[in-house]
Amino acid sequence: MRARVNVYPRREILDPQGKAIRDALERVGFAAVREVRAGKSFEIDLGGDDPAVAGEILRQMCEKLLANTVVEEYGIEILEDRR
Amino acid sequence: MRCGVVVFPGSNCDHDVYHVLKHVLDQEVLFLWHQDSSLKGCELVVLPGGWSYGDYLRGGALAALSPVMAAVRRHADAGGLVLGVCNGFQVLTEAHLLPGALRRNARLRFECRDVFMRVERTDLPFTRRYRPGQVVRMPIAHGEGNYEDSPAALDQLETAGQVVLRYCGPGGEPDPAWNFNGSARAIGGVCNPRGNVLGLMPHPERCAEEVLGNSDGLALFESMVAPVARTAGARR
Repeated sequence: MRARVNVYPRREILDPQGKAIRDALERVGFAAVREVRAGKSFEIDLGGDDPAVAGEILRQMCEKLLANTVVEEYGIEILEDRR
Repeated sequence: MRCGVVVFPGSNCDHDVYHVLKHVLDQEVLFLWHQDSSLKGCELVVLPGGWSYGDYLRGGALAALSPVMAAVRRHADAGGLVLGVCNGFQVLTEAHLLPGALRRNARLRFECRDVFMRVERTDLPFTRRYRPGQVVRMPIAHGEGNYEDSPAALDQLETAGQVVLRYCGPGGEPDPAWNFNGSARAIGGVCNPRGNVLGLMPHPERCAEEVLGNSDGLALFESMVAPVARTAGARR
């Protein structure tokens, strides 16, 4: 089973990188962009075939390592197998 | 005092810390490898600056899970002294031995310069050789030193007296222009509730000798290695 984990700065915390990217987008003609948040994405192949079990394992991965929950939040997507 | 300097792959201030403890302060010092499972009897452990594990994932995140950190945690839980400088501070927050997190500098720039900090507490084993409210000058060199936590957690930190060092202007005045990384409440160094673990972004080991033009960092090392019984009475 494959999954994607997205990690972003928490909304209430200023994201200077996202703001710099938003400002740059404005300079190249995308003035309508209101907000950009810059984060990280992980594609993880973790075996197994039970999405509920996989979701719980991925949640633990995020809490223990993939995200720093003091300043970051995360989202988990189970991906369709492409085999 | 027997002192240990932890070496992670990518540590680059380890020899500077070793030099101050060994050659300036005449202490017994040994390097501890990140895969060591014991601190080999060290009473003080220093996590030095650098780019442990290449800063992969987040600064300090992978180092926090290395074998030696289990021993550092036991040492801290038993009341032993632990100092984290720069990347070492990041490792301590990632290991949850200190609260908060260190994010990208607010201006997105690597900052390499001298800063001023007010010493907010002088009753700690790290700061007892400073005067209350003393303003010290130390160099910083980091891209991720922006201290953050939730407002409630920051309030708690202040109430508990865990803010040990705060960025300020040269005269000790609060001045956002001198808070180069944009840290919440200008926090440059914090300790744990018990006061035996300290993390700071500036580099005291780079300003601990007159020959370097600045020895403001020496008192921090002197504080740590001085026998407790001697601090109340006569100074050395």
